[in-house]
Amino acid sequence: MSGNLATVSYIGATILFILSLGGLSNPESSRRGNLYGMIGMTIAVLATVFGPRVTAAGYPWIIGAMVVGGAVGLYAAKVVKMTQMPELVALMHSLVGLAACLVGFASYIDTSAPLAGAEKTIHELEIYIGILIGAVTFSGSLIAFGKLNGKIGGSPMLLPGRHWMNLAGLLVVIWFGGEFIRAHSISEGMTPLIVMTVIALLFGIHMVMAIGGADMPVVVSMLNSYSGWAAAATGFMLSNDLLIVVGALVGSSGAILSYIMCRAMNRNFISVIAGGFGTGGGAPAKKVGAGETAPVGEVVPISAVETAELLKDAKSVIIVPGYGMAVAQAQHTVYEITKHLREKGVNIRFGIHPVAGRMPGHMNVLLAEAKVPYDIVMEMDELNDDFPTTDVAIVIGANDIVNPAAQDDPTSPIAGMPVLEVWKAKTSIVMKRSMASGYAGVDNPLFYKENNRMLFGDAKKMLDEVLVALKS
Amino acid sequence: MALTIGVPRETLAGEKRVATVPEVVEKLIKLGFKVAVESGAGDAANCSDDSYRAAGAEIIAGAPALWAASDIVFKIGVPTTGEVGLMREGGTLIDFIWPAQNPELMQQLAGKRATVLAIDALPRTLSRAQKMDALTSQAGVAGYRAVIEAANAFGRFFNGQITAAGKVPPAKVFIAGAGVAGLAAIGTAASLGAIADQVVSLGGEFVKVDYEEEGSGGGGYAKVMSEGFQQAQREMYAKQAREVDIIITTALIPGKPAPRLITAEMVQSMKPGSVIVDMAAERGGNCELTEPGQAVVKHGVTIVGYTDLASRLAKQSSTLYANNLFRLTEELCKTQVVKGDGTIDVNMEDEAIRGLTVIKNGEVTWPPPPPKPSAAPPAKPAAAPVAAAKKGHGHGAASEPMAGNKLAIMFGVAAALFWFVGANAPGAFLAHFTVFVLACFVGYMVVWNVTPALHTPLMSVTNAISSIIAIGALVQIAPPLAGGLPPDQWIRWLAVGGIALTAVNMFGGFAVTQRMLDMFRK
Repeated sequence: MSGNLATVSYIGATILFILSLGGLSNPESSRRGNLYGMIGMTIAVLATVFGPRVTAAGYPWIIGAMVVGGAVGLYAAKVVKMTQMPELVALMHSLVGLAACLVGFASYIDTSAPLAGAEKTIHELEIYIGILIGAVTFSGSLIAFGKLNGKIGGSPMLLPGRHWMNLAGLLVVIWFGGEFIRAHSISEGMTPLIVMTVIALLFGIHMVMAIGGADMPVVVSMLNSYSGWAAAATGFMLSNDLLIVVGALVGSSGAILSYIMCRAMNRNFISVIAGGFGTGGGAPAKKVGAGETAPVGEVVPISAVETAELLKDAKSVIIVPGYGMAVAQAQHTVYEITKHLREKGVNIRFGIHPVAGRMPGHMNVLLAEAKVPYDIVMEMDELNDDFPTTDVAIVIGANDIVNPAAQDDPTSPIAGMPVLEVWKAKTSIVMKRSMASGYAGVDNPLFYKENNRMLFGDAKKMLDEVLVALKS
Repeated sequence: MALTIGVPRETLAGEKRVATVPEVVEKLIKLGFKVAVESGAGDAANCSDDSYRAAGAEIIAGAPALWAASDIVFKIGVPTTGEVGLMREGGTLIDFIWPAQNPELMQQLAGKRATVLAIDALPRTLSRAQKMDALTSQAGVAGYRAVIEAANAFGRFFNGQITAAGKVPPAKVFIAGAGVAGLAAIGTAASLGAIADQVVSLGGEFVKVDYEEEGSGGGGYAKVMSEGFQQAQREMYAKQAREVDIIITTALIPGKPAPRLITAEMVQSMKPGSVIVDMAAERGGNCELTEPGQAVVKHGVTIVGYTDLASRLAKQSSTLYANNLFRLTEELCKTQVVKGDGTIDVNMEDEAIRGLTVIKNGEVTWPPPPPKPSAAPPAKPAAAPVAAAKKGHGHGAASEPMAGNKLAIMFGVAAALFWFVGANAPGAFLAHFTVFVLACFVGYMVVWNVTPALHTPLMSVTNAISSIIAIGALVQIAPPLAGGLPPDQWIRWLAVGGIALTAVNMFGGFAVTQRMLDMFRK
């Protein structure tokens, strides 16, 4: 295949990738979108393999590596639980980052296309930046994986003077960048390159370690963005437009997701990255201070049977799920209850907060897995106005996203964060293990509202009891 | 200083409603106001003095003391001359005024240097005005009650039944006028099981008048129809009168006598035992034989002409009215410097408040200038702007345009950056740079269209396609040999590693995305 043919194949692949992302605008077209992505990838890979820059000597290596990697990937895709999606995604980000590093190093050693002058400088700068982003993505994603997996504690690790450390790291990286470009031979340039890689790896670790559990959705989407920029940098390095385009698509996609997440928590992106917000382990970090007022009122518990009675009488119900539902593996019971109520003509819907779950859209996937039809799963903005006409709102394993303090109390740490207004429903029921506060460590005045009831206990067990009572 | 809102007892005969209810008193107090209620004001609406007191209101005996203590007065009935006399100089009154019909009242109020907000003068076409629209809330209650009155006077079931004693046909209800009252009536009649005609949206059949004309006047109020239309309308009504059991008429035109829709002959042609509820009785009635304020039987047809239908459901109508006034109060508090300091600002720049205000500090400001075309959105809708603006999916990227200076800075930075790149980079780089910048924009546009429900699949699919990095490794593994040099083993192994890693993403990413998307089912 000639070089020109390879180039037009790349254009085709680019279009297919854009269509693939465009297809995700609604669930109907999304499956076709994924297919476009696969076709695009196949075209891109085949055009490269049979293109002018790969000789037949490479085929066995390529096939071998593809088979090994592909088998691992397919296996992982098959066995992964939907609750573990964030971990899988984080792990995949790290692979992209590592691959970008490897390609960068290989490209540096490669002397087959000698360059000179400004072009050489630019090329080396691209390698340097590509490896930098790749290394940060790699180590950062590994830490994010560990945090999501529970292998590393959720609480932020705050080293003294961490901002100065990061700044110092940046200066060192810039200085070595100068050394690297001035280097005359490959062996001479290797030292600054390796030093920079180590610093970038440490920076990635440090950056994600400093971010609390509550901010994980932002981190995951941010790393998504980085993996895209790493691909784009590789594209510059190799003068390959396809890589640049795809990298830019992925990079802007991740950036937009991060922005949406930040907006949903009313947090500034910079302050999330600077870290130290989510306290993770659920320890109430901010006890009510002297000047503040504790929410007053009584917490009214309710039993599973009474909950079922309320549901039987209700005409419209909104369920607000949080990560707690996924932890308790309660989504299938939730679906059973939903099915039962829908058969009785109850208008039952789900309200999803953008940051519910551990990554953007995570709750939607979990509900879809439990066979909940997606047309009753609504975004926060779509149904927030409907709470006043709702009979029963059930909150399952969520806390901060239904906290009225975000609207009422300007001194609250989560003030201004958009929340689901469950307290406007006739009755709200909060399912919780205990009275511990959520990720943000903020007390929730919702629990003390007059029309709120608490259903204490494990979400799955309680919902099972509710289901039994409903059917009886 | 916190102002006092006073709620006097309504003085019109038969008026059972009250301008605020205990639940709303609490909310008003939260806004920072003091609330005073005349003793016995809510008795007829099942709101006792004690319940007001429990909500935090002060109970004042006697109208003179109440009016004297109030900075702002909430009322529901048009104020009488006596009440205006009690009013404090320079006070504020929020009430039904009907300025067009009551010019003398306007003069009296102006004489008191009062500020008067006529709830009936609300510009109803503003969407944010709907929560304050007391005409709508009261009409809704009246429409409901009209059906109940009809059912009371009607000698049969509303719903059709098949009983052991024989089959009962459902009642046929015809509702004239598709305003708020008409809609409430048709909804109520249908839920009682009657066959209700007129409006298609509530499950009834739409009876079309065979004549085309624009039916709504300025500001969302009804207007008088032309002669040609009326002719067609009369024929349609005559036909309906012969067929249906119950007619409910709701046709009102502000500032004009009610249009005559049902003539004496039509009443005569109705089946004996039929019922007409004339909701326009106060303005002379839509039916020729209506006697305002009474239910009479003529030609075997009961004609209900009650003028106090909303008042007959006093608790409900009072609660809704109280909520309307509360929303209005919120609008008036919007510009408070200190939130909750209990002061109001009658902001004449605000279109809704401008329309409501018929007298400002003794100066008559009615009628307001014609409303702006509703195509131009009101500047910064106040109360629930965020929710409204971000409705629906797509999450419009920039739902509000950025502030001008911020935009200018961004453009400045971008220009400087581009200048730097252009001045220093070689041509080959610029070609790629162009592609990069454009691709960022394409990505931005495409990704904002992704529905939030699919954000997780979006991440996994972007993950899969970022394995395109494999191409970088592929071209390194066995490049065409230049100058007969053997390929570097280091490069080969790095490339093999790169391909293997990206293959995990490539296959795994697409597979897991497919798995997720297959779950999304209706």
